[in-house]
Amino acid sequence: MSNLASRYLGLDLAHPIIASASPLTATLDGMRRLEDAQAAAVVVASLYEEQIRAEDTNYAMHTEYTAGCHPEAATYFPELPDYRDGVSGHLETVRRAVEALDIPVIASLNGISDDGWLDFAVQLEQAGAAALELNLYLLPHDLAESGRDMEQRYLAIVRDVKARVSIPVSVKIPPSFSALGNFVTQLQSMGADGVVLFNRFFRPDLNLQTLSVKGDVTLSSRADIHSPLTWIALLSRRLRLSLAAGTGVESHVEVVKYLLAGADVVATTSALLRHGPEYMKALVHGLQRWLTENAFASVADIRGRLDATHVDRADSFLRTQYVYTLSDYTLHHPPAVTGERLLARQ
Amino acid sequence: MDGNTAAAHIAYRVNEVCAIFPITPSSTMAELADAWAGEGIKNIWGQVPVVQQMQSEGGAAGALHGALQSGALATTFTASQGFLLMLPNMYKIAGELTACVFHVAARAVATQALSIFGDHSDVMSARMTGFAMLAASSVQEAHDLALVAQAATLESRVPIIFFFDGFRTSHEENTTTLIPDEQIRAMIDDELVQAHRARALSPEHPVVRGTAHNPDTFFQAREAANPFYAKVPGIVQKAMDRLGALTGRKYQLFRYAGDSQAERVVVAIGSAVEVLDETAAWLSANAGEKVGVLQVALYRPWDGEAFLAAMPKSVKAIAVLDRTKEVGAPGEPLYVDVLSTYARAVAAGKLTVLPTIIGGRYGLSSKDFDPSMAKAVFDELKAREPKHGFTVGITDDISNTSLPVDRGFDIETADTVRALFYGLGADGTVGANKNSTKILASEPGRYAQGYFVYDSKKSGSYTISHLRFGPKPIHAPYLLKSASFVGVHKFDYLFMIVMLGAAAQGATLLLNSPFGPDEVWNELPIEVQKQIIVKRLKLHVIDASKVALSLGLGSRTNTILQTCFFALSGVMPRDEAIASIKKATEKTYARKGKDVVKKNFDAIDAALTNLFEVKVPAAASGSRVQLKLVPDSAPPFVRNVTSVMLALQGDDLPVSALPVDGTYPTATTQYEKRNIAEEVPVWDPDLCIQCGQCAVVCPHSVIRAKYYHEERLAGAPADFQAAAINARGYPESRYTLQVYVEDCTGCGVCVENCPARSSADSSVRAINMKPRLEHLEAGRRNIEFFEKLPWADRTQVNFANVRGAQFLQPLFEFSGACAGCGEAPYLKMLSQLFGDRLQIANATGCSSIYGANLPTTPWAKNPDGRGPAWSNSLFEDNAEFGLGYRLAIDKQTEFAHALALKLAPQIGEDLVRALLGAPQVTESDFRIQRERVAALKEKLASLSGEECANLRSLADFFVQRSVWLVGGDGWAYDIGYGGLDHVLASGRNVNVLVLDTEVYSNTGGQASKATPLGASAKFAAAGKRVPRKDLALMAIAYGNVYVAQISMGANSEQALIAMREAEAHAGPSLILAYSQCIAHGIDMRYGMKQAARATASGYWPLFRFDPAMRQRGMNPFRLDSPRPRIPLEDYRGNEVRFKSLTQTRPDDARHMLAQAQLELEEKYRLYEDLAARDGSRFHPHWEEA
Repeated sequence: MSNLASRYLGLDLAHPIIASASPLTATLDGMRRLEDAQAAAVVVASLYEEQIRAEDTNYAMHTEYTAGCHPEAATYFPELPDYRDGVSGHLETVRRAVEALDIPVIASLNGISDDGWLDFAVQLEQAGAAALELNLYLLPHDLAESGRDMEQRYLAIVRDVKARVSIPVSVKIPPSFSALGNFVTQLQSMGADGVVLFNRFFRPDLNLQTLSVKGDVTLSSRADIHSPLTWIALLSRRLRLSLAAGTGVESHVEVVKYLLAGADVVATTSALLRHGPEYMKALVHGLQRWLTENAFASVADIRGRLDATHVDRADSFLRTQYVYTLSDYTLHHPPAVTGERLLARQ
Repeated sequence: MDGNTAAAHIAYRVNEVCAIFPITPSSTMAELADAWAGEGIKNIWGQVPVVQQMQSEGGAAGALHGALQSGALATTFTASQGFLLMLPNMYKIAGELTACVFHVAARAVATQALSIFGDHSDVMSARMTGFAMLAASSVQEAHDLALVAQAATLESRVPIIFFFDGFRTSHEENTTTLIPDEQIRAMIDDELVQAHRARALSPEHPVVRGTAHNPDTFFQAREAANPFYAKVPGIVQKAMDRLGALTGRKYQLFRYAGDSQAERVVVAIGSAVEVLDETAAWLSANAGEKVGVLQVALYRPWDGEAFLAAMPKSVKAIAVLDRTKEVGAPGEPLYVDVLSTYARAVAAGKLTVLPTIIGGRYGLSSKDFDPSMAKAVFDELKAREPKHGFTVGITDDISNTSLPVDRGFDIETADTVRALFYGLGADGTVGANKNSTKILASEPGRYAQGYFVYDSKKSGSYTISHLRFGPKPIHAPYLLKSASFVGVHKFDYLFMIVMLGAAAQGATLLLNSPFGPDEVWNELPIEVQKQIIVKRLKLHVIDASKVALSLGLGSRTNTILQTCFFALSGVMPRDEAIASIKKATEKTYARKGKDVVKKNFDAIDAALTNLFEVKVPAAASGSRVQLKLVPDSAPPFVRNVTSVMLALQGDDLPVSALPVDGTYPTATTQYEKRNIAEEVPVWDPDLCIQCGQCAVVCPHSVIRAKYYHEERLAGAPADFQAAAINARGYPESRYTLQVYVEDCTGCGVCVENCPARSSADSSVRAINMKPRLEHLEAGRRNIEFFEKLPWADRTQVNFANVRGAQFLQPLFEFSGACAGCGEAPYLKMLSQLFGDRLQIANATGCSSIYGANLPTTPWAKNPDGRGPAWSNSLFEDNAEFGLGYRLAIDKQTEFAHALALKLAPQIGEDLVRALLGAPQVTESDFRIQRERVAALKEKLASLSGEECANLRSLADFFVQRSVWLVGGDGWAYDIGYGGLDHVLASGRNVNVLVLDTEVYSNTGGQASKATPLGASAKFAAAGKRVPRKDLALMAIAYGNVYVAQISMGANSEQALIAMREAEAHAGPSLILAYSQCIAHGIDMRYGMKQAARATASGYWPLFRFDPAMRQRGMNPFRLDSPRPRIPLEDYRGNEVRFKSLTQTRPDDARHMLAQAQLELEEKYRLYEDLAARDGSRFHPHWEEA
């Protein structure tokens, strides 16, 4: 048996596969199932400040606005003394998970206001979270805001949160930075203990029948692995902070690839949503089997083995190789016979 | 706290089982018991009582009886009709000498009309049951005497009805001292509890109870319990004394207050006692009158000796007040008891002189009983021959029973601050004022009282809050006659209602006004200006609606106006008041989120900066005047009677103004222009595709469509809109969609249901919400013109689709239903399809309230004067009531046929043959048949003889009637299910329409058996744990019942078809109609979309089971909606009733959601199986069997 022990954000883990924030980690029951399926840690479903505030207002509106209007019905809803606003409910879930689970429980936060980021970060720490993942996703829709301004907003949030909490803080970021490596370096300088590559965007689409915008959520697939894999490989061993890879894990194969690229942990959602939380077990066993079959004694033996710090590998991750890659592609995939060529033949 | 809470607090702590069913005004007690059990609050034995909802009060009484027989301490909470359903069990419980207390918020029993309000007609109906009867006169007494009742029943073994006045006490907020649990514990003797338990049934020591007797022994056995009753008064007094020793509050069976040498005494039960006490004290102190009041606390068993002992020996004249009416009796119950007590005492020589004793009635249906009325009673006793059988508080100009009342008599002292608030239902005024009473009474030595009056509308309703507070306990259970502060929270009210009548000289008037301090004066009606000047009112304005909107509080102006009240009234130092409001706000909203708290804090701060004093000119000026409430064109009854009710002056209507038998004209909502919507739909003829989808979903029938020849447009107002009709073959026809702007509630459902959008801007549809005021004047002109356009010829309308049905006149219009009500569109459709021959039996519930609550009624008439005939019997008996219609109609039709055949030689053979044999299916058939009936009547007019006269009176039965039994799920699934089942099994031609909101909507959202698995409702706060009853499948099982499940939001056309098929089916029909409701916790504007989601998820599949198909050898079951397309969660996630559980019990919520999804899938498979069978695999039609 190979040794799978890993370390992420200063937390000792049994192995390097953790369950990232998803509907599965929204309830204690779901997190218990993940622990039973051998997850090394769980990231609780993100506390979305915007959603929670909207839901609170909605609940207050429907319960309050209908009250005191008619002599026969003082109210239309039962008093729910254990009803808590969305934040309290979320904190309670974190608290109960921390109590009930033996694996580390990492909280995740997506704020919209300065108060939201800071207050909720402190409250999540107080609820007992082992670490905090800041799910940073600010859409730069303001045309007057520069990339630099945007980065400063991200960095300020991390700096301020770090100043308020003492638990490790990781930052989950989108891939859309001009100089992602430099940005991650700055995150580190603001005190970030880890970085998670990447969060997935809401994918709007247009409905041509109703002429309206429609939302779309798609699970990631192994085709999405390349960008995070590249950046893990490029950042591996060059920074102090922990690296978590988090997109496109379909099987243990992607887990192994991320580890080879230098990830400290691999976080997965799509595979678990697709196959159920019990699939975590398959991933862990798959990793174990691969290590054994390939005669690696531990995860440490493969971590970063194919990252960019190995000089002879560095070029493989650089865009200059794009041309060669393409030519390789044409060699292995000869162009299909096109209509034009058919016409030429005639 | 209010009286319901005060009583329930005790009841819960001294019982183990609560069997409950909701009924106004007692529902709160049951709700609290259920909520406390849900919270795990324990009784004095450290146990959480079992709270069991039953299907009816009859069921609750049965369960209670069983629980008592099995040794538990058990109780229930009820009132009125519900209480009457308990009577049979009450005889049994008392006959078996079983200790228990029934908690009753006493309410009127429906007679010529239903009333939800308070009097003693319900409890007085139980005098023969053998229950003792103990009454409270105030909120504090509702608390204290509930405990006395429990202690006394345990010791005496005689069960007790403990009652207090519905609404006046049950709903009055008053400063109350709670009895600590240890004192409650000290009042209850566990040995008596154990004795109660020991008497219970047990196989360990078996007995038989409930035997049947023969004439030889029943009588003696009935008398055997007498000694127990004899002991009751002593036991109750002992319990009162024990309570007095523990709490310092002393009670007596009969409590006398007043001059010790009183010559005139009034005897009463309930809250009137406090009014009489105050009045008597004033008359003694200010007029030197020798008067007093005798309060009856223990009414049954009647202790004549204690009564006489309590009465001053000096008394010469006694008036006995009863809050009930016993028609034909020598007097009302309490009067008869007092009289017989004196008669017996005189006869026995214990008294030498019989005082003058008169009896009278007051306060029926919460009619206010105030000091001026109390004085009228005392004054009457001065007369040489005082009037017996009098009434007080009304003007009886028919039987001349009423006493003259000096309305100006006011005895309230200056140290009580009084404030009056006129609010809009949805603005939160009532909640804020309840909150204010708590703030004002939060310190020792401060007392507050709040009482709230509502109108009967469920949308755009007004509320009137009566607040008193001061340094002494407040015993004034009557409405304010004068107030030093008047808050008018909706500016428009000033034009409709006389609001300043109660404003005291120099009072403060706060207006929520869209006009600022410099403009408002000229916007006030001149009548209001004059009152402000004459009364020297201090006028302040704030645009609270605008402030609330800007802070994201919607229509919720409560916190803003509450802050203004505290700032202006000076009842507390301003800073202290603001701090208290913030503290109370935080307490109220903390659980609901930081944002909600913050918004309200912002509102408090914004209130002060937006509040302005208005400089009142010396003279009235301007052109604005108060509005006429009904037009001159209205019928006399509406002008003379209805309009008085609309002006809130209904108390002044004399007896002669009102119908003698509860019969009222229909079609009167059209005269009540409520103008409650901020925004109304505005039609865009260019975009419109004339599909009728807006009109079909409009709950209030404010969107109407007509087509007409273009020549009729001559003389149309300039802005009257019309479009070429988009049907082929009618080039000269025009189409108009008219919005009745003054009747619209602004729900926006029509807009959301409009399928036509502008290609330039997809947010613009063929109908769009716009400010009402901008379209009001033009709207009035256009409606007037539109009304003159003819309705479509019904024989030419295509009834088969919504597009056609939009042209049928709705005969259900402008009801008081909630904005966006999910039920009302079905009723409107019913009225459009069959209105001129429709006879409705309506179960009590929302639809009976918005269907027939005075002042105005929405069931209407067509230009021929025909329209739905409507009646409500009870909650529980509607199916039977409707079946009764059918039996009578069938019998009289049969008689008419027989007479016609017999008289055929005189009438004409051809006419009779046609009358009896003509088909009545299409509108043309009906038109021709009506012509035949007219011809028959004409013929009969020239004939004489008894049989001709009889046939004349039966002639209308030649036109088939459409009998519909309408009600909610509370009726159909619960309380009326037995009857409904029987009626469906009768095979008779009745049509049942269940407006299925899946909850008891009218009483405030209690769970019914239609409530879905996993929904949180009152009585199922933790989520309903079993799926809803499949009433459709149960009815399908009969084989001969037409059954349909419909949803206006999912497929209005299928709903239309189902209604027509049901009506055409010659046997019984049952339609279950999905009805979104405010009790679901949704934005009602999107209610139809949400209903569509219910179907899309497979939760509410649409289907029809038509036995006629089976008769033709086909599969009678047709599934009309496609397979589930969205997960159940996508439907449920939009509703508070499901969503709240994900906060309180996330794991349970997920579990129940998963269960519900599985149940849905399995149920859908079952329906698919049914739909896929061939016709032979169904129950053969009964006629074939």
